[in-house]
Amino acid sequence: MGKLFEDFSLGLFFWQAVLFLALVFLLRKFAWKPILDSVNDREEGIKNALDSAEKAKLEMQNLQADNEKLLKEARAEREAMLKDAREMKNKMIEDAKAEASESASKLVAQAQASIESEKKAAIAELKSQVANLSVEIAEKVVRTELSNKDKQLQLVETMLAEKSLK
Amino acid sequence: MRRKISLKPITLLLLLITFVSYAKEEGTQGEPKNDRAAFVKEYIQHHLKDSYDFGLYSYTSDEGEHKHIGFPLPVILWDNGLKVFSSSKFHHGEEVAEVGGNYYKVHHSKIYKVDGPNEQIIEDEHHHATNEKPLDFSITKNVSLIILVFGIMFFMFSRMAKSYTKNNGMPKGMGRFLEPIVLYVRDEIARPNIGEKHYKRYMSYLLTVFFFVWIVNLFGLTPIGMNVTNNIAVTLCLALITYLITTFSGNKNYWKHIFWMPGVPVPMKIILAPIELLGTIIKPFALMIRLYANITAGHVVLMSIVGMIFLFQNWIGSSLSFLLAFVLAILELLVAALQAYIFTVLSALYFGMAVEEHDDHH
Repeated sequence: MGKLFEDFSLGLFFWQAVLFLALVFLLRKFAWKPILDSVNDREEGIKNALDSAEKAKLEMQNLQADNEKLLKEARAEREAMLKDAREMKNKMIEDAKAEASESASKLVAQAQASIESEKKAAIAELKSQVANLSVEIAEKVVRTELSNKDKQLQLVETMLAEKSLK
Repeated sequence: MRRKISLKPITLLLLLITFVSYAKEEGTQGEPKNDRAAFVKEYIQHHLKDSYDFGLYSYTSDEGEHKHIGFPLPVILWDNGLKVFSSSKFHHGEEVAEVGGNYYKVHHSKIYKVDGPNEQIIEDEHHHATNEKPLDFSITKNVSLIILVFGIMFFMFSRMAKSYTKNNGMPKGMGRFLEPIVLYVRDEIARPNIGEKHYKRYMSYLLTVFFFVWIVNLFGLTPIGMNVTNNIAVTLCLALITYLITTFSGNKNYWKHIFWMPGVPVPMKIILAPIELLGTIIKPFALMIRLYANITAGHVVLMSIVGMIFLFQNWIGSSLSFLLAFVLAILELLVAALQAYIFTVLSALYFGMAVEEHDDHH
């Protein structure tokens, strides 16, 4: 211990204190602060980058899930639409068919009806014409026949004969 | 990689050069072994002390003249006024320096005032000089190394800081090597010991003290022979700063644990208070002694083993000593870093105790 006290040098202590404290303050300003700050910034940056990467990954996953869902929905919708369309098509065909057959049968009925009425009209006209003709013919025949006495008698006789034959 | 390999032998070579000159001198004069042992012992003691000039090595020329290779440093004294002069006036402690009518002489690496140009130091029975000692603020060899380390550290770390701004927040060159060490101090020393909330306040001190002690210790291992950390004044200064920071950042909880320990009965509280109070002083005191003793012991052992090379003066003994010295030098490299680490960790631990907030009972 005595040797330690004897060896103690006040001058060295003074210079060490002055120089060391000056070194601490100088280095704090010119070295440690900028160094630790930039290291800190860098570490923060890395941490943030990792965090945002993680976030982006999660977002990506969410997006993918959303996409999947949308795709599924779209597929279902398409399916439904196709089904609707098919149904509609079938219905339309059926309707058209029904309508067509209905109108056809109507047409047929109409045609038949008109044919019938035409026929009737034709028959009626034919009958009246036949009657007129018959009357005219009969007139002419009667006129010619009755101009000759013999012939009149002959007619009467023929007619009578026919009547009797019958 | 090539540079790293070639440095070690050069360092060792330089280390040996210092001694080779002595070996020659001793060999020619054929001194007895005891004298050589005494010489080695004296040399080691001289080496452990501070000096007023920057001596690289010394030898005795063929004419028997003691030659010193190195350069003088400024001596600054306060003795009824500031006195500044070159240490070359002392002629390596052999002569009395005369400055402004006052006479000074170096005795055991300390400056004493003497009465006249031919006066000698008067010693008491314990071989302590009784002469008056002027206040001594000289730039000694150790102070010059502190200044050198100051310059190196400022250059190194301010350049590193600049490389961050120039390089988009990434270190460049030396910074790439230094950044992991800085981060180690932050993540392994400061954060776990002080806590996430407060550690930032102490980073400047912890980083500076870590690199300062480490670099200074490494310089102590170079053959220019400067040992800043084996001066009790230096370690006292560092420990004192740790103590002051701890004391002034102590919160209510810290002082409560010292003066009125919670969770123990009242008589125990009264007994514990002085013990705890003493503990706050013992902790930095241990820091001071630990660093001082480790580095001093390392130097003494290493130099003793190097000295053995010249004591044996035969092939087997000397080469074995050389091998041992080599292994020990590598161990001292580890100790240099380890002591810096321990000093920083313990400082951080004390700061952590001072700012601890949660109320735990121990």
